[in-house]
Amino acid sequence: MHEKTIAQLGAGLAAGHFSSEELTRAFLERIERFNPLLNAFITVTAEAALAQARAADERRRRGEAGPLTGVPMAHKDIFCTDGVRTSCGSRMLDRFIAPYNATVVEQINAAGAVMLGKTNMDEFAMGSSNETSFYGPVRNPWDLDAVPGGSSGGSAAAVAARLTPGATGTDTGGSIRQPAALCGITGIKPTYGRVSRWGMIAYASSLDQGGPMARTAEDCALLLGAMAGFDPRDSTSVDRPVPDYSAHLDQPLDGLKIGLPREYFGAGLDSAVAQAVEAAIAEYRKLGAEMVEISLPNSQLAIPAYYVVAPAECSSNLARFDGVRYGHRCEDPKDLLDLYTRSRGEGFGAEVKRRILVGTFALSAGYYDAYYLKAQQIRRLISEDFRRAFTQVDVIMGPTSPTVAFNLGEKADDPITMYLSDIYTIAVNLAGLPGLSLPVGFVGQRPVGLQLIGDYFTEERLLNIAHRYQQVSDWHNRAPAAFG
Amino acid sequence: MSLGPAEVAKIAHLARLAIRDEDAPAYARNLSAILDLVAQMNAVDTAGVAPMAHPLDTAQRSRTDEVTEFNQRERFQAIAPRVEAGLYLVPKVIE
Repeated sequence: MHEKTIAQLGAGLAAGHFSSEELTRAFLERIERFNPLLNAFITVTAEAALAQARAADERRRRGEAGPLTGVPMAHKDIFCTDGVRTSCGSRMLDRFIAPYNATVVEQINAAGAVMLGKTNMDEFAMGSSNETSFYGPVRNPWDLDAVPGGSSGGSAAAVAARLTPGATGTDTGGSIRQPAALCGITGIKPTYGRVSRWGMIAYASSLDQGGPMARTAEDCALLLGAMAGFDPRDSTSVDRPVPDYSAHLDQPLDGLKIGLPREYFGAGLDSAVAQAVEAAIAEYRKLGAEMVEISLPNSQLAIPAYYVVAPAECSSNLARFDGVRYGHRCEDPKDLLDLYTRSRGEGFGAEVKRRILVGTFALSAGYYDAYYLKAQQIRRLISEDFRRAFTQVDVIMGPTSPTVAFNLGEKADDPITMYLSDIYTIAVNLAGLPGLSLPVGFVGQRPVGLQLIGDYFTEERLLNIAHRYQQVSDWHNRAPAAFG
Repeated sequence: MSLGPAEVAKIAHLARLAIRDEDAPAYARNLSAILDLVAQMNAVDTAGVAPMAHPLDTAQRSRTDEVTEFNQRERFQAIAPRVEAGLYLVPKVIE
């Protein structure tokens, strides 16, 4: 059963080939067997999952099942789950039992899906390798010496190893797309405002966006349909109808104009990754698409601007962790200042501290114009680049990541090298556009991802474009040998 | 821009973040490297470019002024490090 996609599992449940309880047990057994190798889950909620599965089976008997009813899945441990530890990969929240559900969790529950547990992640979603987690790194199921990417590395590894058919992720600078690429699965970061951020622990509020991770575009369409929608509790949620993302997956691609930004194929791109990406693009030509060379001239400014905007917003957001109302509190504080500084100093790991410090500096008196304001102006230039491109083309394609998965520990001591691994994904967050990564090959044992970037609210089109490729390729069906 | 351990200590104080003295030089090195990366922004003239705060350039919504939350004090305080009689406890602030 674990080999099946969400769409296939939904069909199997509907046909009565197996019950949700049987399915859930099968995945829980796989988690028990394989998670010690991968460390993809921080918390497994076996009892609650079986109860949810039985309720889903009951719902189906009443004739009230939808496409996700009874399908197991996992949530990144950044989404608050009522009564279940929500750690955000941090010692700060190691004992934090969320008192409410995130909107995304509520919506997926309402669809009848079964939560298997909470997946590992870089601490507070700050990282590109899952090595900053308080709970230790996740390993890449394709090669246990490799990182799974980050920050949604636990979700990506769990889906790739067939420990869950789908999972939620969040993407602030590439945290859905990059791990999806490095683990050989499909993931979509929707348009900013499409998926509610309520109950999703904030990192950089003007960039953060939740989205689904699964094996196929077809599965992502099902999950995104359940996740998307207006939420009055999120002040930046967009009030706009949610299309049926599955309705036009098969639409032909004749005449599709694909933009290839020359900045995404230049120095720094691994040549074997470039080859796999170019082969995928050639396949799109066979599907009827035409290629247009375009330029996104401000691309090289995305990382510098991001490392002002994201740390500045994180330093503000993470000010709430003060050791008073929830989260880690130091022993025997001698005064209030000591309580704050020591609780935070002990609760946060090194990368989170670095970003808080950078953000605090950038927002401190006298520096605002030089840093945050400047970064916001550059953000405008970057988004104008995309706006111009989308007057010429329907979709932009390029590599998701400049290399395949790197080795555990390879970049852990050098923050700057680590930051550069998000070179193709960050601009999309700064502009607030939707982006998708799908598997298009391997370099050795390690997967390569193709990134699709669309104009605002074109998730349906991106899923269609990815799905058509998956009809003529089988990368998304390959399973890592040890987890087949 | 280059920061030294003393500047790191000052920023850490602003951020209410305890940094061990022996870690300050490494933070100073990393922060300086990050600020050098960020300095690439200065290569571009942004005079007259409107800053972009929201990806979709929409204004924040406001809602009608009515009570939407109910009291869940016990539920929320159940996860607090120290509470007593419905109050959050912190070290004495006023002598």
